[in-house]
Amino acid sequence: MTAHAPAPEHAHDHPTPGTYAKIGLVLFVLTALEVGLYEFTFGKSAGTLGHQIEPFFIPLLLLLSAVKFALVAMFYMHLKNDSKMFSGVFVFPLIIATIVIFALVALQAYHWAFARPG
Amino acid sequence: MSDHAHALETSTGLDSRKLAIWTFIGSECMFFATLISNYLVNKGKSLVGPFAHEAWTDPTTGNVMEPIIEIPLVTVGTALLLFSSLFVVLALYGAQKGNRKMLLVWLGATLLCGIFFVGMQVYEFTHFAHKGLTLQRNMFGASFFVLTGFHGTHVTIGVIWLATMFVLAVRRKLPPERSLNLEMAALYWHFVDVVWIVIFPVVYLIR
Amino acid sequence: MATTALDQQHAHAAAHGEKTGLWSWITTVDHKRIGILYGATAFFFFLLGGVEALIIRTQLARADNNFIDPDTYNQLFTMHGTTMIFLAIMPLSSAFFNYLIPLMIGARDVAFPRLNAFSYWVFLLGGLLLNASFLFGAAPDTGWYGYANLTSRQFSPGPNVDFWNMGLQVLGVASLAAAVNFFVTIINLRAPGMTLMRMPVFAWMTLITQVLLLLAFPVIAVALILLMFDRFWGTHFFVPAGGGDPLLWQHFFWIFGHPEVYILILPAFGIVSEVLPVFSRKPLFGYAAMVFSGIFIAFLGFGVWSHHMFATGMGPIPDTFFSLATMLIAIPTGVKIFNWLGTMWFGSLQFKTPMYFAVGFIAMFIIGGLSGVMHAPPPADLQQNDTYFIVAHFHYVMFGGSIFALVAGAYYWWPKMFGRMLDEGLGKVHFWLMLIGFNLTFFPMHFVGLNGMPRRTYTYPKELNLEALNQVETVGSFILGLSFLVFLINIYKTTRKPKNAPADPWNGATLEWAIPSPPQEWNFDQVPTVHGRDPLWELKRQRGGPLPEPPHTSGAGIHLPNPSYWPLVSAFGVASIFVAIMMSPKWGPWGIVAAVALLFFGIYNWLFEKGYSEFRTPSHGGH
Repeated sequence: MTAHAPAPEHAHDHPTPGTYAKIGLVLFVLTALEVGLYEFTFGKSAGTLGHQIEPFFIPLLLLLSAVKFALVAMFYMHLKNDSKMFSGVFVFPLIIATIVIFALVALQAYHWAFARPG
Repeated sequence: MSDHAHALETSTGLDSRKLAIWTFIGSECMFFATLISNYLVNKGKSLVGPFAHEAWTDPTTGNVMEPIIEIPLVTVGTALLLFSSLFVVLALYGAQKGNRKMLLVWLGATLLCGIFFVGMQVYEFTHFAHKGLTLQRNMFGASFFVLTGFHGTHVTIGVIWLATMFVLAVRRKLPPERSLNLEMAALYWHFVDVVWIVIFPVVYLIR
Repeated sequence: MATTALDQQHAHAAAHGEKTGLWSWITTVDHKRIGILYGATAFFFFLLGGVEALIIRTQLARADNNFIDPDTYNQLFTMHGTTMIFLAIMPLSSAFFNYLIPLMIGARDVAFPRLNAFSYWVFLLGGLLLNASFLFGAAPDTGWYGYANLTSRQFSPGPNVDFWNMGLQVLGVASLAAAVNFFVTIINLRAPGMTLMRMPVFAWMTLITQVLLLLAFPVIAVALILLMFDRFWGTHFFVPAGGGDPLLWQHFFWIFGHPEVYILILPAFGIVSEVLPVFSRKPLFGYAAMVFSGIFIAFLGFGVWSHHMFATGMGPIPDTFFSLATMLIAIPTGVKIFNWLGTMWFGSLQFKTPMYFAVGFIAMFIIGGLSGVMHAPPPADLQQNDTYFIVAHFHYVMFGGSIFALVAGAYYWWPKMFGRMLDEGLGKVHFWLMLIGFNLTFFPMHFVGLNGMPRRTYTYPKELNLEALNQVETVGSFILGLSFLVFLINIYKTTRKPKNAPADPWNGATLEWAIPSPPQEWNFDQVPTVHGRDPLWELKRQRGGPLPEPPHTSGAGIHLPNPSYWPLVSAFGVASIFVAIMMSPKWGPWGIVAAVALLFFGIYNWLFEKGYSEFRTPSHGGH
């Protein structure tokens, strides 16, 4: 009986410890950027530029988090080098999860703005 | 853990246990998505303080309650968790290459980070309670503690799982052929980290 | 007779090392036995739910009746719904997943046999926990959907809601574990040559159902957890006085609840898609369309949930969105119906009992689907909501749909599972009584509903002129009950027959008919290689005739997983955590600590079970 793919699970282009450490550093820097962005916009020493950035704060912050998320998923969780099946099994629920979060927040916002009685 | 003397061949060529842990992780995405949604839809619905980022004056007593969130503490915790993900990947690398020393050192480091994170959460919870934020106090307290509490529970389970792997490694029961067991624990651990990557900005940084 | 059929069964089993006796059932990890356990347990709960329904119908037979008081009525309709959904239909589907999936895909067992056993025991304990509430006179009484804030401590101070909450959480664990197991099994353990697009449609529907379970159950788990925090630890998630929103419960519940109804119907779609081709002597019409419509239904099923909330004042934009999505989802469902009809069209129809139920399914499900589409537009729903019109709709799809299909499956696969054919004559009596009883019970509900009979209300005044039709419905429900009595008689009669059913009594198309009835413990002597859909028809075509009766073999050299009792211990761990939470006001946190310890004890022993890596061969009989 022949299998459909090679039996061993190890990937072909295996990242080295050095690569992992570099990713770790990037993650640390991104986290520092997140906190820095917060301090810049809302912190005690936030100036006028901080206030101007406010409308972009949430999208920028979520972007930074998304990059961190992707780095951990692709490299530490090895999705980049592994079978696409694992990515599919992870990404599909992630899509549904994101839709559900956005739907509930949108419904809440709509309800609060337009549909409350009185 | 179950050791297949001759691994059964699978339709995809992938190990069923690895597929199972990913499937479970996919399901857990929905679990945390619901908890995060709950936190977000309850934002701003607290009837009384303390609040996350603003001070609150109690109208009856004139008492001022300071904002609850303390960025420095939680940033340390976030860094701890991120580094622990790096450490467990290095431990797994050691396990796969048969480098027992590398495995033990980095797995130990992972455990320390995980334990410190849980400790930090416990401290944070008790500290917030002293500042007046409890489960029952307001919607912020309820949503905050349930979301971060369940995350912390997941971290604790991860610590127990990794500690079990550590003991196995110490007893020389984690050779390269069995490294999948560590890989599964590591995937769970990364997932717990990835959830925190979402919780950290959503809860602590977004006002 | 010198030896009874049972003697023969024991001799057969002993010769082949398959143990009999209670302990072998308690420690079994064999998917076939677990399937039978699920089926028997679920059927018992189905009858229990049926009795609850008959009491409800007796109460409603007369206006201003006081056969039972309002509180009892509330408990009965809540338990009827909860039981039928979680303890009957879902585990009956599981019985079929368990028994058939490994056989249909050419595997020896599921991917994780002990996890499979664990799922069954957790289900059993959850069902017992839920029904234990009756012993305290405190059965859940807030509807199967537990709307807040009726479920808050303030308005439901007793333990009724807690039994419901804890019971459902336990059941959720069982479902999630099984979903991981079956998802991996179907993806990973298919026989060589069986690509996904060559799998039986039942396997596809099962796969899609597992995905729905994995995505939907965590949502209700969180909702139940939030309710638990409200009731036990003073939060106000669903309590308006503390800033909470009862409507949030409905959102969370229905984000789970709508996929749940597809979880209930997709397995039925799968069963019917297996039965119809065999009894039409024609391959399923439009295989790809069946698969993709199933996928589309599952995906879209996450986008329609608020059609259960049209009466809550969400506003015109949400209403419109969910209404459109709901109407859209009728399309893939319609595709399936046309494909089933297309399968029968110009087929050589064999009207055996399974076929009766399968065709009955199509007719009843169409009616249910039509009434469902009628409440897709909010203005119409505002008339129909909270009336018996809705009750009619969901019973047509869940009973007329799921139950008819599950019964078809029972008659169809009974010979495979038990080595005996159910009696055809009694089967047809069962069918006609069930069809007539079902329609007498539920068709008038369309009318009484539109004429204003409200749901969930223990009685109605005479002035509403609903009594006559309600009496018809009650008579119908007792005829329905009678039909299942006939089924029970059939089952009993059949156990007294010799175990000599052929491997392939129906001229089946799928792999399970290639092995003996019942199969030997290891299923296939040699894992088959598959070259297309309907592999057995292909084989018979090549041979130019029916296949010979497959021989019983010794199974030498075949490796099987060992039995184990650690899944049962772990299941007790899970159940006791939730019992301990419920008792925490009295016992403090220590009960929970002890329960968690029990769970860890069970899991660690399971994972490190000595000698588990040594597979046994069937002739040695295990440890």
